[in-house]
Order: sequence, then structure tokens, then C-alpha cells
Amino acid sequence: MNHRRSPEPFLWMLFSSGGMVAALMVPILLFLFGLAFPLGLLSAPSHAHLYAVVHNPLTRLVLFGLCVLALFHWAHRFRYTLYDGLQLKRYAVPIVVLCYGGAVVGSVIAAGLLLTV
Amino acid sequence: MSVYQRPIHLFWWLERRSYVVFVLRELSSVFVAWFVVFLLLLVNAISDGAASYQRFLDWSGQWWMVAINVVAMLFVLLHVVTWFGLAPRAMVIKVRGLRVPPRQIVAAHYLAWLVLSGAVAWLVLR
Repeated sequence: MNHRRSPEPFLWMLFSSGGMVAALMVPILLFLFGLAFPLGLLSAPSHAHLYAVVHNPLTRLVLFGLCVLALFHWAHRFRYTLYDGLQLKRYAVPIVVLCYGGAVVGSVIAAGLLLTV
Repeated sequence: MSVYQRPIHLFWWLERRSYVVFVLRELSSVFVAWFVVFLLLLVNAISDGAASYQRFLDWSGQWWMVAINVVAMLFVLLHVVTWFGLAPRAMVIKVRGLRVPPRQIVAAHYLAWLVLSGAVAWLVLR
């Protein structure tokens, strides 16, 4: 018998927090910086203003949480996409390493970038 | 002991519309991850200075970047609609012993979405 605690409930919690954060925050940011400014629908804010916003510790904390949770949301969903969508469950170990490993590496990069703003 | 598994072909999800939506919804996660990359490049450009920020603006204005972000936006909106749509099944909220109707839970999510989006837009654009 395997008595080790399964990490699955924890991963599901990260998945659902990430799904909520992605739904609430990503559309407006993607709309502004990915579409509205590049297409000239709105004029892009000045560097000084954005620097002041991003330099605020609260902004950086929120952005860090957004990045980490969104990445773990991706990891969990993409893992099951590969299992079910592409019928790759026999490669479960490398898939788990790729997905959650990718999310951990991305989180470390996010922390590094946000700490040095 | 092995369990019999009915063989399933690779493109099983093309058989029905609901299966296609399911797979597209799962793929939305790839665009959520893309957004994190895009956001971190933006933050990095802002922290590197005004010239670097201008280079980011020029880069994000190229037609293929706009095309990627249009597709990303569609997938993210699919995520929003399906995520909020499933919320009443994920959470059962009771007020004074009575279950809050699913429609009200969905409406509350969209309201929170609007308020937060407005706050973010105000912070960026003011």
C-alpha cells in the first residue's frame, strides 16, 4: 500500500486559483497591451507612468501571483490535454516533469524579473 | 491485473461539437501561458528603460504579433466563458440556509470581472 499523501488536491487548488486569476485579469491586460496599444485604438501610456505602476510593491506582488497561478493552471490543463487529447498517458512521467517543471522555472524567472524592477 | 481499455483514435474529439469545444477549452491554457511570457517581456522592457519599452511597443505592433494576440484573446475569452459558466457547479453557496441560484453566481463573477477590468484599465491609462 502506498501511504504517501497525493499531491493531486494541491495541484487542483493551484489549477482552479489560476483559472480564476486568468479569467479575471488576463483579458483586460491582453486587450490593452496586445491589441489596443499596438493597433492604435488607445495611445500607449508613457514609460514613466508604467514604471511607477510596476515599481509599486503591491503591483509586483499581484503580477507575481498572477504569473505563478496562471502557469500552474497551464501546467495542469496541458498535462491532461496531452493525456486525453493526444492519448499520451503512457508518457505520464516526462509529461509531469515538463508541465510542472515548466511552471516552476517560469515562476522563478517571474520572481527574478519582478524583484529587479 | 489490467483493465480493458477500448482503443480510441487520436482525433476522437472531432466526432462531436461538444468534444471540439472541450479540446479548445483545454488548449486555451497554452495561450494563458503565452500571456505570462508576453507580460514578463513587457515588465522586463519597462524595467530596462524608456528605449527598451519603445522597442517592446514596436515589436508588439508587428502584424504577426497582433495576429498571435488576437488568437490568444479569443482563446482566453473561451476560457472566461466556460470558467464562469462552470462556477455554480464548482461552488454551492448558501445564504440563511437557502442555496444561491446558479445564475446569480455566474452574474456575480461577470460583475467582479467588469469591476476588476475597469480598475486595471484605470491604473494603466490614468
